[in-house]
Amino acid sequence: MQFFFDHFFELTITGLALGSIYALVALGYTMVYGVLQLINFAHSEVFMYGTFSVVWVFYLFGAGADQSTGSLIGLLVASMIVAMVVSGGVALLLERVAYRPLLKKNSPKLVALISAIGASFALAEAMGLRDRIAGFLGLEGTLTKYVAGARDNRSLPTTITPDPLFKIGDYNVTTVDLLVIVMALLMMFALDRFVRRSRLGRGMRAVAQDPSSAALMGVNSTRVYQVTFLLGGLMAGVAATLYMIRIGTTRFDAGFILGVKAFTAAVLGGIGNLRGALVGGLVLGVAENWGSAIIGTEWKDVVAFVLLVVILLFRPTGLLGESLGKARA
Amino acid sequence: MFRSTTSRRAIVALFAATAGLGLSSCGSDDKDTASSGSDTSSSAECKPATIAFFGPKTGDAANLGLNIVGGVKVAVDKFNAEHPDCKVTTKDFDSQGDPEKATPLAAQVINDKSIIGVVGPTFSGESDATGPAFAEAGLVTVSSSATNPDLTTNGWKTFHRILGNDATQSPAAAKYIKDNLKSKKAFVVDDASEYGKGIADGVAKDLGDLVVGTDTVQVKQTDFGPTVTKIKASGADALWYGGYYAEAGLLAKQLRAAGWKGYFVSGDGSNDPGFVEAAGKAAAKDARLTCPCGAATPEFTADYEKANPGKKPGTYSAEGFDAATILLDGIGEGKSTRSDLLDYVNAYDKPGLTKQLKFDDKGEVAEVVIYAFKVDDAGEIVLDTEIK
Repeated sequence: MQFFFDHFFELTITGLALGSIYALVALGYTMVYGVLQLINFAHSEVFMYGTFSVVWVFYLFGAGADQSTGSLIGLLVASMIVAMVVSGGVALLLERVAYRPLLKKNSPKLVALISAIGASFALAEAMGLRDRIAGFLGLEGTLTKYVAGARDNRSLPTTITPDPLFKIGDYNVTTVDLLVIVMALLMMFALDRFVRRSRLGRGMRAVAQDPSSAALMGVNSTRVYQVTFLLGGLMAGVAATLYMIRIGTTRFDAGFILGVKAFTAAVLGGIGNLRGALVGGLVLGVAENWGSAIIGTEWKDVVAFVLLVVILLFRPTGLLGESLGKARA
Repeated sequence: MFRSTTSRRAIVALFAATAGLGLSSCGSDDKDTASSGSDTSSSAECKPATIAFFGPKTGDAANLGLNIVGGVKVAVDKFNAEHPDCKVTTKDFDSQGDPEKATPLAAQVINDKSIIGVVGPTFSGESDATGPAFAEAGLVTVSSSATNPDLTTNGWKTFHRILGNDATQSPAAAKYIKDNLKSKKAFVVDDASEYGKGIADGVAKDLGDLVVGTDTVQVKQTDFGPTVTKIKASGADALWYGGYYAEAGLLAKQLRAAGWKGYFVSGDGSNDPGFVEAAGKAAAKDARLTCPCGAATPEFTADYEKANPGKKPGTYSAEGFDAATILLDGIGEGKSTRSDLLDYVNAYDKPGLTKQLKFDDKGEVAEVVIYAFKVDDAGEIVLDTEIK
């Protein structure tokens, strides 16, 4: 307990940084649920493809172990754009291949759920077997660097060293902590604005509220679904970049645990609620760190899930309640 | 020297993939090191024979298996050059390191009557699953890497391993932290796996009062924030991590990023270029990795590169060579049945590449040597010292 109080700020700030990444991934779950009442279990793979895009961009530019700050920033901006494009693309592909055919036929939600789980495995294994896939296509020679160690961890070739910026309590807040938290908040803010203010955002909320009325009012629901998946993918791409800055290593199944955590964060905050995803992610990240400090690191997941159960007991719809359609706009 | 780089690892992994394509359907692969018609003029003592490699050539753990396969190939090539009249063939059985896949594969090995000895199984899990079958068939196995202490307590007459088990590694690791690194305060972390917890508990017990704190993380965890805070707060000047390279690398990286300056020490589970890959060269630098595995000598490295073009020996390559050499010596002395070869291995007592090769009645190697490696400035894992 003494340890917890002595290192309260350090535990809280690193928890917030971790929670920011959960929150960004949670957005993808929450938006798709809000609009389609469907849990997109393949979203963790959307995130994982983003992390690999970051690594590949670094490979592509031949980044070494040490990069000047300027070139590192350039690389990170480039890799974030690529990660957003790739994650957004994978999300759109998911919508097209795994969902739209089912939604068109009005199949039960459960079928779409199974389709999502299947898509998740297919995407993860495609990444884990990328060397074989390249082999089939005869590209192994040209892509060696990108497909090597397909089932192993791949790390950024460049070491990103966090520099201390300023002190809160006795903890030196680093550039990486600040970057991750600020970037996540900015993205959240932008997305929130988009959903609340833009024409397409209004369409999303309309479909979430009542798909058939929205269609009667001239909202193109297919378009809305696409935008929903795309936005979730873009956020996952940003999350992937921040994750690689913080952790720096990924592998073909890296999405799984993070996906579970992000989904938990979404439920914690109230699934279907954008601001809820933010709150849920941050609360979960901090709770994990506090739990680790008070009870023990091996209990951190137990703490997180007990917290989830307790919150759902008192607020069955999550901290901020379920609402995308019923948005106060 | 114990040289290994990430690019070598990439090549090995790529090779694993291409090899895997060829053998995924049948799970076994004949490596033609002998022409089949060479038995016409066999001498009275030595008859052509087949030995098997049993372990992963594809899958998550392929790197270790391929290191051993490479070592076996060096030994077989050498033997065949010296015995042109009785060439030995190797058959590789790819278990992917998975105990479930290993069981039916062991039956295949046992039913292949041409096989009189096995190098492997590579891992403890698959050794445990297949041990009874090999024992019943009387087929001698020499593992170059299975280190679970319990494996030799089952009364399998056929099981042998040529390196110290986990129970011998922890006292040596504790000694290294105390005597070589002169640690005053040590922190012990494990990953809750059977291997990691076992070895970390052993180290903590032997370090005794030096231990200022312990923590447990999880396999596949990537963010070690609270653990890093605990280690820093404890004022420890050395950390023992019991677990595997993926988490070890990330923990080392996050510790250095947080400004911790002590020694990062881990065991054979982390003794892999993957550790440096995950940590980055800067954070991995000067990390210490203990291992019951020996370092490759320059001559062995040269032989290895000749037998396996474009590849360098890695963890357990030298042990693979030694394991195969024991079997090959027996074949060279005219042992051509499974029972003869088993008796021969039980009585074996010759100097090998890594140590004096001799087994006790349970199949443990008589002489155990634990080495400490360190990560040098270039990110290579090089031999530091033998722990005495």
